[in-house]
Amino acid sequence: MYLGEVIGTVVAERKAEGLTGAKLMLVQPLDEQRRAVGPRQVAVDTVRAGVGDFVYLVGSREAALACDPTFVPVDAAIVGIIDDLHRTAP
Amino acid sequence: MKLCRVIGTAVATAHHPAYDGHKVMLVRPEGPGGEPAGTGFIAVDHAQAGPGDRVLVLTEGNGVRQILGKEAGPVRSIIVGIVDHVDVGP
Repeated sequence: MYLGEVIGTVVAERKAEGLTGAKLMLVQPLDEQRRAVGPRQVAVDTVRAGVGDFVYLVGSREAALACDPTFVPVDAAIVGIIDDLHRTAP
Repeated sequence: MKLCRVIGTAVATAHHPAYDGHKVMLVRPEGPGGEPAGTGFIAVDHAQAGPGDRVLVLTEGNGVRQILGKEAGPVRSIIVGIVDHVDVGP
């Protein structure tokens, strides 16, 4: 799993079967110091996240397992909204 | 598995039900000498790890599901051991 910030929403009217009803968000992956790392990506939201939220995501096949039904064509899912990240080392 | 250091803890009130009752930690990969070696990420704790601990992190979904005893869940990285020491050969 990895950290990210929700920076927008994505609307796609025509999409693969299975994505119907999925809420798509634009996310910037972050490193342990909350610095942007890597390209922005689209993730399906399972926790009612909003723009500006600091979240953690799961990628690959496990992203589909966050959805209901589980066999959907996604490869990134927001699975938690972080209220507090307590870093104990730099 | 990856050799990592626990560098923090995350609190996420809103999370996917698969994370219910699990402690979520911030870990950073490191080399055998303890030098940081990659971007920090999020892992579920399954070894009673604490901040500062050097740990072994499994990052493969099927292995994670075997450990958590769930048929399916959006969890991809889990702390499976606390490393006491690493010996590097000549």
